[in-house]
Formats: sequence, C-alpha cells, structure tokens
Amino acid sequence: MTGRRAILLFFLSVLIRGCLVPCAAEVKERPPVNVQEIILGHLKDSYQWHFFDIGEKQVVLPLPVIVRSKERGWHVFLSSRLEDHRGYKGFYMATEGLSEGKIVERNSAGKEVRPFDISITKNVVSLFFSCLLLMILVISLAGWYKKREQKGDSDAVPTGFKGAMEGFIMSIHEGVVKKCVGKDYKRYSPYLLTAFFFIFLNNILGLVPIFPAGANLTGNIAITMGLALFTMGAINIFGNKAYWKEILWPDVPLFMKAPVPIMQIIEFFGIVTKPMALMIRLFANIFAGHIIILALTSLVFLTVAMGPAINASMSAASVLFSVFMMVLELLVAYIQAYVFTMLSAIFIGLSRKEDHKDAPVSLNVKPENVQ
Amino acid sequence: MDLMIPDSGLLFWMLIAFGILFFVLARFGWPIITGVVERRNERIAKALDDAAAARQLLATLKLQEEKILQQSREEQIKMQEQMVALRQQLMEQAREAAKKESQIILEQTRKQIDIEREKAMQEIRSQVASLSVEVAEKILSKQLDSDIRQLDLINHLVDESIKPRA
Repeated sequence: MTGRRAILLFFLSVLIRGCLVPCAAEVKERPPVNVQEIILGHLKDSYQWHFFDIGEKQVVLPLPVIVRSKERGWHVFLSSRLEDHRGYKGFYMATEGLSEGKIVERNSAGKEVRPFDISITKNVVSLFFSCLLLMILVISLAGWYKKREQKGDSDAVPTGFKGAMEGFIMSIHEGVVKKCVGKDYKRYSPYLLTAFFFIFLNNILGLVPIFPAGANLTGNIAITMGLALFTMGAINIFGNKAYWKEILWPDVPLFMKAPVPIMQIIEFFGIVTKPMALMIRLFANIFAGHIIILALTSLVFLTVAMGPAINASMSAASVLFSVFMMVLELLVAYIQAYVFTMLSAIFIGLSRKEDHKDAPVSLNVKPENVQ
Repeated sequence: MDLMIPDSGLLFWMLIAFGILFFVLARFGWPIITGVVERRNERIAKALDDAAAARQLLATLKLQEEKILQQSREEQIKMQEQMVALRQQLMEQAREAAKKESQIILEQTRKQIDIEREKAMQEIRSQVASLSVEVAEKILSKQLDSDIRQLDLINHLVDESIKPRA
C-alpha cells in the first residue's frame, strides 16, 4: 500500500514540478542548456568540488593546488584564489587549447606552458577517500579475525556486513585469482584483490551523487592507466624464463626472428597492448555509463522549453530510465571490476606457466565445469 | 580530446595512493583474511573426512558387535546343551549309585535275615531237640519201665547206629 502511495506521490511531484519550472523560466529568460558542457563538466576532473548552485552563487569546496613552475619553483594555494580572472601569482586557468580548464602560466618567453601539477583535485580527494575507506573496511575485518584468534576462538565466523565481505573477498580469491593465476596464486592474491575492490568500490562511489562520493574516478583514464601500469608490472617483473623466451626467442622458423626481429617486435607490442586493453576497457565502460545517466537526467532540463506536459512526461520517463541505468551500472560496476581482475590474473598466469607447448592455457575449462 | 590524455598529476597521486593501499592491505589485510578462511575450510574438510571415517568405524564396529553377539548366542546354546547333558549324566550316575547302594543294603539285609534265620533255626532246633529229648525222656521213662522194652530199644538203637556205617 505504502509503496503504491509513494509512487503516486512521486508522479504527482514530477507533474507539479513540470508546471512550475516553465513559469519561472518565462519570468527570467535563461540561456539554453548546454548538455555537453554539463555532462563533461561532471565527468572531468576539477580543481574544486562543486556541490550545487544557489541562484547565481556556486557552492564549492576549494581544494589545494600544488604546482611547480620550471622557473619559479613550488607553489601551494587554494583553488578559490583562481576565481579571479587575472589568476594568482601568474597561474591562471587556460580557457582554450589542449590544456583547457587546467592551470597554466606564462614563462619568461611569453609562452603559455603547463607547470608540473600535482594538485589535490576532486578526483585525488575521491581517490584518497576511497583508499582510506577500503583500508578501514578490510583491516577491520582482518582485525576481527585477529581478535577472535587471540581469544582462541579460531572457528569464529563473522556475520552481517563482515560476513558478506568475507564471502565477497573469498569469491574473488577462489573464483578468479586461484582459477586464473594457477599454481602460486597466493603471491598475486593481495594485488588482484586490491585491484578488484579498488575498482569495485570506486565504481559504486561513482554512482553515489553525494560528497565525498560522486567523482568519476574509474571513468578517468589516468586512474585506469595507473591500474594498468601496476598490472603490467605484476606481469613482467615476475614473469618466468619461459615467458621471456616466448618474447625474445619464440618457437618460429628462424627467418622470422633472426636477421630482422619481426616476432620480437610483435611480442613486444603484446606486452604493451595487454595492459592498454585493460586501461581502455575499464575507462570506456564506466565513462559511457556515466554519460548515459547524465544525458537521461539532462532530459528534464532540455524539455523545459517544450511546455509543461512534455516536460512532465519526459521527466518521469527520464527518472525511470535513470533508475534503470543506475541498476544496470551497479551490475557493470561489478562486471568491470571482475573483468579487469580476471584478465590481469590470466595475463599473470600466462607469464608464470611452465611450458608453452605442454601446459594448457590458463583459461582452460575443467571437465567438471562442462556439463 | 583531452579526456583521452591521462593527467600526470592524477596519475602521480594514483600511483602513490594505490601503492600505499596495496602495501598496507597486502601486509595487514588480505593474507590474514584469506589465511583464516582457507584454514577454516581445511578444518571443515578435515572434520568432514573425520566424520566419514568415524561413520565407517562405527559401521565396522556394529558388524563386529553383531558377530560377537551371534557367537555368544551360539555359545550359550552350546552351553545349555552341555548343561542338559551333564545333568542327565549326573542323574544317571546318581541313579546308578543309589541302585548300587540299595543293592548292597538289600544284600546285607538278606545276609542278616539269613543269619537271623539260621540263629532262629538253631534255637528252634535246640529247643526242639531239648523238647524232643524231654519228650523222649518222658516217653522213655514211661516205656522203659520194663527190661524187655529197654533191651529192644537198645538193640534197635545199636542197629541203627551200625547201619549207616555199613
């Protein structure tokens, strides 16, 4: 009963809103909504954390800017100083070109250049927050076990949220790491678990529109590049002899590898493309999901000019579609974290296997799994 | 498209933050959790194996118990049979002994009776003899009052005593 009433109320409120907004718009002529700007503005990194607007006034959390100019050295200041169009201490926001929206300075030759910029941006804050959150969650679970073990109660099984966490962690540990890496999976388990839960947590936080969540972290190419670099390291640093032989002296006719190293070049590209694929896949999937949700939400503001009836119906449709997309994105949040971890595990497993010919590929399907 | 160009500052912080996250969790997080759960899984697997072994043992024990019970039952029957046989034997023996005893007693009684009878006969005989002697005396005293008769008798007696020798 209450559920039905809630839905009714919701539609009513949408209708009322649809009637009210155009009236307000008629009173004060507003510039047309620039959807592309809204969407990209939400997805891109920024030097400040923008919450919402009250009339003309923006409510933002200024964040520290840390830049190093080649000629003038280190500078640290709050991003609120940049609101002045003249900039602060020679640093100002670029309004055009490749570094649009980034902090630039003019060097002694009068050219606009990017200083070395390690500002604590919105994404960096979100990154720190999610890392801290993940650390607290995991270490509190580990601490729970430790406490029970010290009491001599090593058979204790956590319940509730901790129990769910245990099940989740073990499902990745057993289902992905153990199956894909192979023999010495325990060595790689910490990295792969960290990667999975980092991605998963940030995917989920990206869907929550309230501070300190809401930054588009896993849909940012620098973040996925960082993750891909770690996976690249895990693959290549601990790759065994068979793996490197496969790259430097593969089992092909001599003319393909001896005078002109064709195969070696191809294999070397393989080293780069594997993590590159991981990087692009995660970035594109999360980015696209966010674009769709934001575009659907923008429908509400785009249809304002079309009159109250269309606006109201489109608003309802947009909310319904957004809810649907949010649910879909929850699924995608898990799937993308899973895919990244599984592919990393498979690549690591491939770099650790004993012999290329005899050993079955790590992707092997065990007979009992095929019904 | 500056969206496709990774920002060096963010990458820098990402490498640091993720590195620290990985280091901390690899030291204080994941190995503890996975270790505890894996040990628990091993314990559970072992407990299940133990239970299966115990069940097996119980089954074999039950079989043994059945066997022992069967054996004891058989033994009981055998013993009962033996007891019956023994009883019969004992009774036989007792009967035999009683028979012998009674025979002996009977024999003794018979002998006693014989002796008594002999004695009685002896007594009767002596009494008869004395009686007959007395009677004879009386008869003789009456008959032998004449000499002729005395002589006849003497003759008769002498004849009689000579005859058996002849």
